[in-house]
Amino acid sequence: MRFNFKYIILVALTVVVASCKKDTKEAPKASFKGRLVYNGTPINVEQNQVPVELYQSGFGKRGAIVGNVTQDGAFSFLLFNGDYKLIIPGVQGPFRWNQTGATRDSLSVNISGDKTIDLEVTPYYLINDVKYSVSGRAVTAAFSVNKIITDANARDIERVTLYVNKTQFVSSNGDENVANNGIAGSAVTGTVNLTATVPALTPSQGYVFARVGLKIAGVDDMIYSPLQKISL
Amino acid sequence: MKKILIMSISAVLLITASCKDNNYLDIEPRDVVPTDKMFSDPALVLSVVADLYQRQLDFSSLDNGWASFADFSEAFPSENGSSFFVQRTSWGWGEWGTWDYGYIRDINLFIERATASTLKEEDKKIFIAEGRFLRAAYYFELVKRMGGVPLITQSLTYEGDALSLQTPRSKESEVYDFIISELEAIKSDLPALVNIKSRATRAAALAMESRAALYAASIAKYGAQRTPNVTLPGDEVGIPATMANAYYQKALAAAEAIINGEAGAYSLYRANSIDLSDNFAAIFTDKSDANKESIFIEDFKVGTNKVHSFTVNNQPYSRSEEGADAGRLNPSLNLVQAFEKLDNTYAPIPTVNASGDPIYYTNQQDIFAGRDARLAGTVMLPGSVFKGAAIDVRAGYQNASGDFISTGTLPGTSTPAVGLDGPADGLEFRTQTGFYIRKYLDPVTGSGRRGRRSDVPFIRYRYAEVLLNASEAAFELGDKGKALGYINQVRNRAGLTTPLNDLTFDRIVHERRVELVFEGHTLFDMKRWRLAHIVWDGANMTVADLKSDIGSATKHNTQPFSLWPYLYQNPGNANHNKWIFREVKLGRITGANRFQSGNYYSQINDDILSRNPKIVKQPNQ
Repeated sequence: MRFNFKYIILVALTVVVASCKKDTKEAPKASFKGRLVYNGTPINVEQNQVPVELYQSGFGKRGAIVGNVTQDGAFSFLLFNGDYKLIIPGVQGPFRWNQTGATRDSLSVNISGDKTIDLEVTPYYLINDVKYSVSGRAVTAAFSVNKIITDANARDIERVTLYVNKTQFVSSNGDENVANNGIAGSAVTGTVNLTATVPALTPSQGYVFARVGLKIAGVDDMIYSPLQKISL
Repeated sequence: MKKILIMSISAVLLITASCKDNNYLDIEPRDVVPTDKMFSDPALVLSVVADLYQRQLDFSSLDNGWASFADFSEAFPSENGSSFFVQRTSWGWGEWGTWDYGYIRDINLFIERATASTLKEEDKKIFIAEGRFLRAAYYFELVKRMGGVPLITQSLTYEGDALSLQTPRSKESEVYDFIISELEAIKSDLPALVNIKSRATRAAALAMESRAALYAASIAKYGAQRTPNVTLPGDEVGIPATMANAYYQKALAAAEAIINGEAGAYSLYRANSIDLSDNFAAIFTDKSDANKESIFIEDFKVGTNKVHSFTVNNQPYSRSEEGADAGRLNPSLNLVQAFEKLDNTYAPIPTVNASGDPIYYTNQQDIFAGRDARLAGTVMLPGSVFKGAAIDVRAGYQNASGDFISTGTLPGTSTPAVGLDGPADGLEFRTQTGFYIRKYLDPVTGSGRRGRRSDVPFIRYRYAEVLLNASEAAFELGDKGKALGYINQVRNRAGLTTPLNDLTFDRIVHERRVELVFEGHTLFDMKRWRLAHIVWDGANMTVADLKSDIGSATKHNTQPFSLWPYLYQNPGNANHNKWIFREVKLGRITGANRFQSGNYYSQINDDILSRNPKIVKQPNQ
């Protein structure tokens, strides 16, 4: 049998034409972005640990569209236009949000085109005025801790820790720090100094990233200070 | 023309033949047994109940595969495809979840059909009791993993109304109460026979009752102390602290019923009084009537389909009967050092002396001398004998100038520097921690072959755990004397002949860890004591961390460590050809176990939530 290009072209054309016609739905296009802020300052957390959930009713099944907050407190979604309910579930996040007692209330969000919002949250604590100094391979952070929630909902500090990592992802998570040093919450008064010694890094690099994390008793997620790049 | 004729004739024949017999479609099927026939003969009912037994759920079991034993830093997985165990930094919310209401429906149907059947009363009683036992066992699995769940105790029929079938979650305590009351109700219907092990017996019911009550009690007590945030307003998760004592009393009573012989003459296994380690290992391999320790097991039989590959997957590489299909489950140094010394004190495995110089040992096993016999009974140490020859564990040698060398051969010989069993970092199917698993490993020739495999049973309940349940319950109720009496029996069998004089919570946690490790208790024990988020805190470990605080219940245990033996090569030196040891953290270990508040109860997925809106979500997820 002779090789006949005509048929191949014909089949290919049919496939192309037929499949273009029966394409699936349009992809979501409306971008919905936001940050977690307290008085305009972003809340720093560990990446992928604080979820933001969106619910849309009227489509049969119930289930959330889950987005995770980045290290510097930002989140983003690509959505279809419509009405959504936004919630940061349970006791996620080192803060109180939209709640009177123990449970949180959702927030109605209408999406029609791109949208940016800032979610105002009230952190239990903030880490203020972090100043880093370096001597040899020892990184020292000096900072103070500010208690924001002081009423009946106040919580104690469990630990305050300086974390240092070789990449910009820095947290208490085992593979997101190469050095850390912390003190118990009971020892936190006034200006706190913490020093962590960076071990030899392979491959060697002349800089590290550091953050100070604060663990609140009874809350999984820690609150962090802004990320700082430090030259060794 | 001829063709058309033949075709029309056959068509006519076909039509007339099929129309003729109106009863043709009413023939009883020959490959399906109808319900009423099935439940008329005890032998047929037995095959139904066998299916229900087969579908029991275990956390780790021999037919779940070796990997179900590998987590929580008690072992390292020496299979590169399973490195995720030591590389992940958290567990998913859905991890360990189960929601098999199909199984519960089948059990409910079984109980209803057996009740309605024409079987003899004595047969009927046992079958119904077995059905209720298995239902209680599955609800126990559910409540351990999910907290309070909908309690469905009869088969549901859909009649066009789904709403009436939607049941909300019961309180966690109500599910435990259900389990305890069911087991109380059926225990006298079950036989009190020690040699029945793979079917429900009175002792199995009591052992389950004691464990369930103990779990409920410790969730009540330690939940309030350590994790007040792991609760739901409707108590679907969490048990009020005031209920703790009543549960501890039930746990103690059920355990003592077995100890006092009400369910048969169970006792600790002591068939071999000369080598206590061999004796401990034999608890898991001895299926004869001499084993009065195992209470309820999942049994296997060589020559049938019901065999397992545990020995194939985990046999020592050098003694393997199946080539490189070996050596996967490697117990960690974290676990090995937890076995205490014979004087009841804790100590790290001594690799260096007080001034930091290495200690030289004539024999590899000398470094483990004077420890709890359960160490060598649970873990295969370097130089142990398996199937007739010693395993060959050597990470290399140290030369006169102090370098550790793992390439080439031993000086002056043609023996490779690294032993046949490793350890070498990343070399899979051999030990990488320096240890192999011994528990459940079948010493029978051929058990390591894929064609034969092994029939060592998986013990779900055994007498030593009953003693430890009784000890813990008595301790929590303030009766230290009684608690010491029970725990010292278990310790005495392990060669710790100096009895303990004082008991602490940490001691109980420790004892359960070393006695019951790799038996599916680790996760649920840590969860019920609410220690999981403290022990698996996500922080990296150093060797100094590892060696400190041994025996403390709150010591963190997030990464498995290795202990590598090296041969010292320095002819003329007094220590020539002696062994030194090094603690090693393997290169693949990049993650650390992190257990978060949301992990205490596994996620109920969105599918279930949207089918039944009455079900509330788990906390902290």
